[in-house]
Amino acid sequence: MDELSIENKIEEIRVLAKKENIDISRELDGLKSKYTSKTDDTWDKVQLARRIDRPNTLDYISLICDDFVELHGDRHFGDDPAIIGGIGIIEDKPITFIGHQRGHNMKENIARNYGWAYPEGYRKALRLAKQAEKFNRPVVTFIDTAGAYPGIHSEERGIGEAIAVNLKEFSVLKSPIICFIIGEGGSGGALAIGVGDKFYMLENSIYSVISPEGFASILLRDAERAKEAAEILKVSAQNVKDFGIIHGIIPEAPGGAHINPKFSANEIKHTIIKDLKILMTKTPEQLVRYRSKKIREISHVNENNAQDLFGIFSKVFNRSSS
Amino acid sequence: MIEFGRKKKKNRGQLPKAFALLTDELCQECHSEIKRNSLIRNFQVCPECGFHMPMHPYDRISTLVDKDSFIEFSQDLTSQNPIKLNGYEEKLDQARGKAGLNDAVVTGIGTIEGHRAVLGVMSFQFLGGSMGSVVGEKITRAILRGAKDSTPVILITSSGGARMQEGIFSLMQMAKTSNAAALLSGLSIALFIVLTHPTTGGVTASFAMLGDVIIAEPKALIGFAGPRVIEGTLKKKLPKEFQRSEFQQEKGFVDMIVPRERLKKTLSFLLKTHQVEYGIMRK
Repeated sequence: MDELSIENKIEEIRVLAKKENIDISRELDGLKSKYTSKTDDTWDKVQLARRIDRPNTLDYISLICDDFVELHGDRHFGDDPAIIGGIGIIEDKPITFIGHQRGHNMKENIARNYGWAYPEGYRKALRLAKQAEKFNRPVVTFIDTAGAYPGIHSEERGIGEAIAVNLKEFSVLKSPIICFIIGEGGSGGALAIGVGDKFYMLENSIYSVISPEGFASILLRDAERAKEAAEILKVSAQNVKDFGIIHGIIPEAPGGAHINPKFSANEIKHTIIKDLKILMTKTPEQLVRYRSKKIREISHVNENNAQDLFGIFSKVFNRSSS
Repeated sequence: MIEFGRKKKKNRGQLPKAFALLTDELCQECHSEIKRNSLIRNFQVCPECGFHMPMHPYDRISTLVDKDSFIEFSQDLTSQNPIKLNGYEEKLDQARGKAGLNDAVVTGIGTIEGHRAVLGVMSFQFLGGSMGSVVGEKITRAILRGAKDSTPVILITSSGGARMQEGIFSLMQMAKTSNAAALLSGLSIALFIVLTHPTTGGVTASFAMLGDVIIAEPKALIGFAGPRVIEGTLKKKLPKEFQRSEFQQEKGFVDMIVPRERLKKTLSFLLKTHQVEYGIMRK
């Protein structure tokens, strides 16, 4: 049931109650606030992140770009509709956009494979990122997937290799990259377009190495305990920010991004403009060094003598520029 | 800058006695009983069906490197339970006892038939060879050590993927190891991967698929999604050959399938042909 029909239902009950002279307005207000207010509950966030009416990549692109042209295909096998990409314009400047694409209804979702991408989707993403690098365009990615598609054809065409190569190439791409998790950030399939200079999560998005359901069935031995698993895995934007893995949280309208997509779209747009102002002044070497350093620092071990990467960077860059 | 192995220099090359933890075993594939002696003689390959059984990293290293040449890196690195998961520390303790290791990978430097190489060998015995912060960190350090010293890197994988007990931190190790591989690649220093049974999930989707040459042991299970996951999605049984080394070679993701007895010779050949001073002169 969408918000509007819940809203209508609540009003219907209110009228009915008044007619019958029963005072249940407090309960109704409580109910109403439940879906129009902020939530701190991790499982509520998981539900919000997966809503079918949650704004998707193309929604955001159309809300933040003055113009956009979609580009298709990986040039090797085909075009994967679960990942889209193209060139958009914000404030007269071209930006390459890449993102997982989900649908708003069953038909769209079947066409988009629910945002579960095949290897060709990730290879298209890499092609477009390389194209951006060639023409000095920044890259913005929108992450919204439960994971890479686990199927026979996906394996045959090397889904593991496709993700691995993206991780490698995005980590040293010479263009600025800004990533946003707009809904679900599921495992390797999310990370494959999620290595960048700046990394944000929307307030009600989630990021996890395994789905709460998967974790529940493997480690808690009960798939029904997904709610608990979401808490244990600490998948909310706030959790991930506390871990120091993301740079910031993009606020959503009360009740969730679907209530007012323009609100979060605006926040995303301003973040992109603000970050690019700084990132576009950096040399490729600075970008790659900072990005690698940031990736390098994420670990939880008993001794943290991260090696000095400087020597290696100057070796890499002296070489490629000579 | 840390000097790897400095502490260990005194007992340079002292590997624990090879095959010390080995006992009589049943072959995982054909279930025939194999005696310990026969396992040692055959590099832990089943004499009945030729199945390559999982190998302890120290046993593997001792079959590859020249005697007394191996120096281990970051041996004492341990995980810190980043998401504060109940019972994880106990699980790690159990795994340490079972595998005789602090975590699921052993890294170090040694020579193979006289050629220097940085080596990383994963242990499936340790929590399914899963990659958490320690595995990610040690693999990354090993690759960067290769970059710093202009020494080729050999990584021998066996893993169920990312270690979900470390939550999002384990996912980040995929990015970290792949970034290190990118830096190594930028210096034209070779990365050789040996895929052993089984290699799946986040390890397949990161450094394991980034080798300049990718070797697989015969009949090893290699894939991203495990067969059970795919069977669950498709609701049907998969053929036995699916995701095996031979399948991956046919699909173009593996350069060659090398039986264990020939691995040392093959790696020695690759190291010899990828020596930095052998390359074409560049300006």
